[in-house]
Amino acid sequence: MKKTVLRKPKGFIDVYKYKPGAEKDRTHYCPGCGHGILHKLIAEALEDLDLVDETILISPVGCSVFAYYYFDTGNFQAAHGRAPAVATAASRANPDKVVISYQGDGDLAAIGGNNILQAANRGENIAVFFVNNAIYGMTGGQMAPTTLEGQVTTTTPYGRNVDTDGYPIKMCEVLSQLTAPTYVERVSLHDAPHIRKARNAVRKALQNAKERKGFQFIEVLSSCPSGWKMDPVKSMEWIKEKMLPLYPLGVYRDKGEDAKITKRPVPVMEPAAVWEKLGISAEKDVDFPRGDVADEYKKMSIRVAGFGGQGIMVTGQALASVALEYGYNVSWLPSYGPEMRGGTANCSVNIQDGTIGAAEAVKPSMLLAMNRPSLEKFEGSVMPGGTLLYNSTLIDIKPERTDIKVFAVPITGIADDELGNIRVQSLVNIGAYAAITGMFRVEDVITLLPKLFKGRKQAIIDLNAKAVKAGFNYVKDNF
Amino acid sequence: MTDAKYPRAEVNLDKCKGCGLCIAACPVNVLVESPKLNSRGYHYAEYTGSGCIGCGNCFYSCPEPDAIIVYLKNYNPDEEV
Repeated sequence: MKKTVLRKPKGFIDVYKYKPGAEKDRTHYCPGCGHGILHKLIAEALEDLDLVDETILISPVGCSVFAYYYFDTGNFQAAHGRAPAVATAASRANPDKVVISYQGDGDLAAIGGNNILQAANRGENIAVFFVNNAIYGMTGGQMAPTTLEGQVTTTTPYGRNVDTDGYPIKMCEVLSQLTAPTYVERVSLHDAPHIRKARNAVRKALQNAKERKGFQFIEVLSSCPSGWKMDPVKSMEWIKEKMLPLYPLGVYRDKGEDAKITKRPVPVMEPAAVWEKLGISAEKDVDFPRGDVADEYKKMSIRVAGFGGQGIMVTGQALASVALEYGYNVSWLPSYGPEMRGGTANCSVNIQDGTIGAAEAVKPSMLLAMNRPSLEKFEGSVMPGGTLLYNSTLIDIKPERTDIKVFAVPITGIADDELGNIRVQSLVNIGAYAAITGMFRVEDVITLLPKLFKGRKQAIIDLNAKAVKAGFNYVKDNF
Repeated sequence: MTDAKYPRAEVNLDKCKGCGLCIAACPVNVLVESPKLNSRGYHYAEYTGSGCIGCGNCFYSCPEPDAIIVYLKNYNPDEEV
């Protein structure tokens, strides 16, 4: 239908309700900012191509971070430079939607340089609008990869020196070297005729996107009057005089009718479907009936802490693995340094019937401290009324807390002296845990040992069975 | 000079940020900077009242979504929803 009036396109939200503050009827952009012009071209095309409700726009970091204030589309706000990666995910998961990645030159050509290169190389079904104003605008006019040779910015007060700062990166030229992109064009917003050419390019890119014709890249030479410290009309002249010679306008790639419609496998997102794909039954597989567990031990958040090499991680994994067989929901979250042995290590385990939120045991209901630094570090974090199980062989101080239950068990001693192998401390822990909480039965744990120690010699499994019993009996006999 | 009502440009004066791009883009010079300030402190653009040819240059040059409306030659207010 032929337009009879040119007014705010329907691709924009009517009242910018997501914009904080009182001024919900105008953008946050500076007077004369090129973003506003490009926003209008995109919003108009979205309306005219009937794409407003079919589009997911990825906003970047930069002045256009707030694009979601204005566009009446779906939105993700991506980390700096990562819009093409987020757009890839959005596009793959929603193959019937149009996905736009809107980015500035600092975002796209600097920190996100490799992101855009790889997304372009994969020919993702996304339309990228790349606003090139030759500086970092939002942060105050610093040099960007696209800054011109000799251009004065706040970080190049004597002008960009190509010997120290390199040459301006020409993204259209770079991306058009790749095989996959469908459409690559550079346009400019410096005067009305060129804005109309930009309008056509925007519409073509979005039409291609609507037809799922792969990767669309429109570079838009744009003004930043505030960052350039010029009035808006002078800024437009500066684009014409300075930017155009370096950044030639035109179509760098247009596959036209040869553009391939790419259909990709849609990632499986539904939990039930994921379980099926992994060959896991959605039904809970309960091997052991539960015994009587006191209320205070029905929802466990456990921190296991000690030296690396003390079996901290194995203890945590074993707690979670055994609890799983009783039909609990479990999580195990390790935290350790780069060392394989020595250093400090701790892990968090959650065991409960409800859905587990945070995996880290920030305020554990039980602390299992295997050495003194761990006791000192985590004792204060135990929730009031909680439980402390500590390795009295190696910890020669007494806990300070009086509002928690304390079990001092010579775990290292039991493993080393009684069983003759210091490496079975983990299963001594499990035995002690079973005795304290009543959550596990010793014979159940022993039944599981071949599974937990898959591929190990029978002697190792037998020794660990002894360790479980020893830990269990020590607690039963002494507390 | 025609006295037809349309085409006509209309500036939402309180949304105008006074950047001057529409004035520079107008091929028939019918937009001017007002000597007055709007409520946000900008010398807003205003239509002189006649001579608009409905080219739309001002609309597409304006970075603000809602600061300028251009009613084209065939505009009919009765058809507005």
